[in-house]
Amino acid sequence: MSAIFTVTMPKWGLSMQEGKVNLWLKEVGDKIEPGEEILEVESEKISGAVEAATTGVLRRQVAQADEVLPVGALLGVIADKDVDDALIDDLIARFQAEFVPPSADDADSGPQTQTVKVGNVEVRYLKLGEDVAGKDPLLLIHGFGGDLNNWLFNHAPLSESRAVYALDLPGHGSTTKVTGIDSLDGLAEVVVGFMDAVGLECAHLAGHSMGGGVSLAVAKRAPNKVKSLSLIASAGLGSEINGAYIDGFVSAASRNALKPVLAQLYSNESLVTRSMIDDMLKFKRLEGVDSALATLAGGLFAGGRQSAQLVAAAAGKPTLVIWGENDRVIPSSHATAIPGATVKVMPGQGHMVQLEAAGEVNKLIGEFIG
Amino acid sequence: MARKITYQQAINEALDQEMTRDPSVIVMGEDVAGGAGSPGEDDAWGGVLGVTKGLYAKHPGRVMDTPISESGYIGAAVGAACNGLRPVAELMFIDFMGVCFDQIFNQAAKFRYMFGGKAKTPVVIRAMYGAGFRAAAQHSQCLYNMFTHVPGLKVVVPSNPYDAKGLLIQSIRDNDPVIFLEHKALYTMEGDVPAESYIVPFGEAAVVQEGDDVTIVAIGRMVNYAKEAAANLRKKGIQCEIIDPRTTSPLDTDTILESVERTGRLVVVDESSPRCSMASDISGFIAQEAFGALKAPIQMVTAPHVPVPFAASLEDLYIPSPARIEEAVMKVKEYR
Repeated sequence: MSAIFTVTMPKWGLSMQEGKVNLWLKEVGDKIEPGEEILEVESEKISGAVEAATTGVLRRQVAQADEVLPVGALLGVIADKDVDDALIDDLIARFQAEFVPPSADDADSGPQTQTVKVGNVEVRYLKLGEDVAGKDPLLLIHGFGGDLNNWLFNHAPLSESRAVYALDLPGHGSTTKVTGIDSLDGLAEVVVGFMDAVGLECAHLAGHSMGGGVSLAVAKRAPNKVKSLSLIASAGLGSEINGAYIDGFVSAASRNALKPVLAQLYSNESLVTRSMIDDMLKFKRLEGVDSALATLAGGLFAGGRQSAQLVAAAAGKPTLVIWGENDRVIPSSHATAIPGATVKVMPGQGHMVQLEAAGEVNKLIGEFIG
Repeated sequence: MARKITYQQAINEALDQEMTRDPSVIVMGEDVAGGAGSPGEDDAWGGVLGVTKGLYAKHPGRVMDTPISESGYIGAAVGAACNGLRPVAELMFIDFMGVCFDQIFNQAAKFRYMFGGKAKTPVVIRAMYGAGFRAAAQHSQCLYNMFTHVPGLKVVVPSNPYDAKGLLIQSIRDNDPVIFLEHKALYTMEGDVPAESYIVPFGEAAVVQEGDDVTIVAIGRMVNYAKEAAANLRKKGIQCEIIDPRTTSPLDTDTILESVERTGRLVVVDESSPRCSMASDISGFIAQEAFGALKAPIQMVTAPHVPVPFAASLEDLYIPSPARIEEAVMKVKEYR
């Protein structure tokens, strides 16, 4: 076995064009297993780890810390320890000679978000991966105040062996803002309509936070459309929720007000970058978002209590529950609410566990849905 | 992904959406409906550079061509604002403001204060500003500093399409007189702009990029030059933080102060002439508030104190360039 594998600058989200190498987590000569974190990269929006897709030894660190490189640029080389150095140098030279950084126009030719009309609601979604016979598609449902980009580190990896959809819920992302929806069931009605509109007869659902509650509500409303449930820090499994977080998020109108609120989502608060805050403010300032969020929060989380309890909706469905142990929004004690579910509580992690521990979450979901 | 439109289209869309939302919003000005070169058809052109094109047909009776009499129709717009409308008056070139200073400085800006808060004047005056169009000394000035000087006026200088739309919507909804200034050279600039309506609040600077070495505060078109300069400086290992105040009145001094306290170095880039400019204003503020944090004298990159030249070669020299911004950053960075 003498294959040489390249590690290249990842593309996280449709708009990423370049990334900065923060630091190497593996040294030259280290043995690498698939899924291991090799180095940390920072995009304009977020920082995360690049994971190995293969087994081997890290033979070269081509990119240096603090270097800013375009998407697709060569970062490092993995190969067996007995592969000849000259072969590796050849490959690097060839790669660098042939590499053409993607232009801004190429960003428009990659996968694009689409919209579909569900009643009066125009739903934005992104489909990645191909339909594979015998493999039901996966549908990703974000949480309160989020959008399909909350699956930045999950969407593409999970779509390697099946079609994976992610949508923006009503009142969120680029989906219609003012709908008057104030319940998980109201959101679920739109999700079921969405599944019909894009031809999803039956899908695995993965929901984060409020999106977990929506997944449960879909299972209750249309059990035949749900193959399995992957619930991450999910709503609907207990009554407690951090009311100060919800109220703070709904009312924050400036960077300074929003920053400490968003910090509660993460175990590593330095992930809350200025660009993340600016993007969130841009969303919150769209016409109708204020009232959409206030209406939802009033219906779902008034007085710091969750109004909808949906444990029973998981009955008969294969269910995976993932939680960050240190979740400051919905307590991880809710993780064991569903009898018979596969439960994974991740030590040290917070509410946005699918972003902060993407590799492990992807692995759990991938193995669970098969 | 996100939709890209031009700065000019963003302004048009803001006007269109606010006129649709609020029937009290009207547009008035020279040629805003029929326009230059019109063969007599309504809505042929939509302003001297076509910014208001299409609005006349969509909002009948609410887009009014005025005589070439700035003092007359700016006065009319201010009066209409006092009486319940939300007029957006286009003054074509900011250089023509001189003939209606009384209406703006001494009337619109003073009503709320002098009538004890009982009067409001929700008028927006839009105008083009800036050099680079070979339009000579009488059609190329910046002058935002003059309006910034007058209490009671709000002054908006967007540097990109996203801000242009959100700030114009905020300007129209604001209950005070707003001077909304559009750089001619930015009209064709493209950027991501949501199709939905949204606001950008006044007095909130944008941190265009973060950096720990030098703070660059740049106004309007100069933000884009600062970005060019910063991209070159990054190759030399110098990380610039770029701040775009977006509104010069109110001015987000907190964001500027916070940044300079961290970097210890300030370059202010302002396309207007240097005396009593935004450059001198922001420099003075930082010298007073953050003297102890400064590691080098503040650098101002401005135009020289001369009228904007007509000769192309001289006009190019007149406008602050990315190269001059780079030089200024090197100067503060290498100061010992």
